[in-house]
Amino acid sequence: MRAGLAAGRISRRWGLGAGGIIGGRVTLVLAPSALSRLARGRRVVLVSGTNGKTTTSHMLAAAMRTAGPVAHNASGANMSDGAVGALAADPDAPVAVLEVDELHLAAVAAAVDPAVVVLLNLSRDQLDRGSEVRAVAAALAAALAAHPDAVVVANADDPMVVWAAARSARTVWVSTGHRWSGDATSCPRCGQILQRHTDPDGEQWTCRCGLARPVPRWVATDTAAVTGDGVVPVRLRLPGRFNLGNAVTAMAAASVLGIDPQRAAAAMSALPDVAGRYALVVHGDHELRLLLAKNPAGWAETLGLLDDDRPLLVVVNAREADGRDTSWLWDVPFEDLAHRSVVAAGERAADLGVRLTYAGVEHATVADPLAGLALLPPGPVDVVTNYTAFHQLRRRLTATASPRKSAQ
Amino acid sequence: MSAAPDLVIGVLLPDVLGTYSDAGNAVVLAQRARWRGIEANVLHLSADTTPPAGCDIYLLGGGEDAAQLFAIEWLAGHKALLRSLSDTATTFAVCAGLQILGHTLTDEQGRNHDGLGLLDLTTAPRRRRAVGEVITRCELPGVGLLTGFENHRGATTLGAGVRPLGQVLSGVGNGATSSGGRGEGAVTDRVVATYLHGPVLARNPALADHLLCRVTGHRFPDADLPDLPDLPDLPDLRRAYLSKTPRRHARFLAHRTPRS
Ligand SMILES: [Zn+2]
Repeated sequence: MRAGLAAGRISRRWGLGAGGIIGGRVTLVLAPSALSRLARGRRVVLVSGTNGKTTTSHMLAAAMRTAGPVAHNASGANMSDGAVGALAADPDAPVAVLEVDELHLAAVAAAVDPAVVVLLNLSRDQLDRGSEVRAVAAALAAALAAHPDAVVVANADDPMVVWAAARSARTVWVSTGHRWSGDATSCPRCGQILQRHTDPDGEQWTCRCGLARPVPRWVATDTAAVTGDGVVPVRLRLPGRFNLGNAVTAMAAASVLGIDPQRAAAAMSALPDVAGRYALVVHGDHELRLLLAKNPAGWAETLGLLDDDRPLLVVVNAREADGRDTSWLWDVPFEDLAHRSVVAAGERAADLGVRLTYAGVEHATVADPLAGLALLPPGPVDVVTNYTAFHQLRRRLTATASPRKSAQ
Repeated sequence: MSAAPDLVIGVLLPDVLGTYSDAGNAVVLAQRARWRGIEANVLHLSADTTPPAGCDIYLLGGGEDAAQLFAIEWLAGHKALLRSLSDTATTFAVCAGLQILGHTLTDEQGRNHDGLGLLDLTTAPRRRRAVGEVITRCELPGVGLLTGFENHRGATTLGAGVRPLGQVLSGVGNGATSSGGRGEGAVTDRVVATYLHGPVLARNPALADHLLCRVTGHRFPDADLPDLPDLPDLPDLRRAYLSKTPRRHARFLAHRTPRS
């Protein structure tokens, strides 16, 4: 394993990445069965879905650490090699919490034989890679079918997730308050339009073919987790309603592994930021709040977090890890940003700029995010980036600035 | 000056054929009309509505395979709308939208499904999915090079009743070699159809203006459709995507700078 760890350090020094992926990749080349060997004898939780993987796995790792050491791919390197890197870095931890890319869940699960699989949500993201949301859901269903003993903790509010997890024998359903329905207005099983209505038990959805929202055992409200056993208050430092859904999902998974929900909630509430997301960073005259949104569902949640008075820097790339196609920008209601000072930046700043013009948002376009930042008045700035842009920007900021405090 | 005419844009089944953000095409058409003083209304005609038959232009977007069959059934169930698509309105269709307007679609299990028959074309599965950037030389007068992103598994064969929208310079496009050259999309007097996402009208405002001219020519013969000035960022966007054109096609780039 020593060669792998060294490569991780080199990768960090070269600024190639957070280190997790490159280190793991070398290890995989050296020992193809490294993942299953490293996972042997541990209880492994896999966390997958389109949005919230990193946040939820950080929350779950915090909860599990109240009982002992935890191996965790904290950097967000979420393919097989990232899992290898995380397990190799903590060889003695009896528990591993691994964030896993949706398209790699089957391969990672086959190697690690998970005790718990967490499925958060499925929406369009990187369609150049995953091709169809429904195809991704079908692949997840097949992966779960290969592990009948794993407990599946899954989102009852997302029809795609329910379809993927429906055949699992041991499922713990969580109502996260998931609101994005842009990719699931028609039934994933039969293609008919889903019927939706609200009743005292929440937002229900059903299909004539019989697929319907299962009765959740855990429900996330604005302030708490509600279970059959009672109400556990959840107060997070991380902002946003969707993070409450992530927290309650993490509590449900931790509970499967024997962690008391109160203790889990206390551990998660202490998290100030997640791998730099939601962190406040001072750079020159600006105080940046860093937010990550990489698809329409993520933006739908993020728009609600933006401070009305703050200027906004939006950074968009279209590398392989982002998805090469920038069409998704047109499913983000940027019209809501009119009357705000906005700078469009990143490798696809022009695509974003054209979108903003059609949305009626006055803006400046500068490819370099820090040059774009310099155009904004001093003081607080909200910064929203997609995946690779986030890592690029964070690296440049940590080279020049110091984190101050967590976002509220 | 008399009251500005209303241009009515109907986005058909945004909830079913909305996977690839093609509803952005409606935003582009509406804004380019408004910037020229034509009031424009966009109607999102989802599956639970009864679609009006009187829109000036209807848009169809891309969607997943299961959604396509639903869309065919839904459209076929609205006869007045279907008559309007075939006889009076202009239709702009992308990807799955193109395929369902044809005679037949063959699915991956080899079963044939009837399309709506508004375009003389048929679609069968390719061996590999076509995913990536596409550049075509548009055959509509004055439109020039088109840039877009394709993501489909269909190979579409054009019949004699349609012309291709463009010839592929890079990428796959229709992906059927039978019709002479490497065609992309399909065009009739009533319909313009393409595999290109992006959304394609955002990347290619000249195509958006072609559609506006078609529609306004019928409905608003007096409307003035002056060229709009270049949008900020648009020359950069087009340069970035069109610079991927192979060298042998560079003369088309020189031939015509992108209009906007
Ligand atoms: Zn159904």
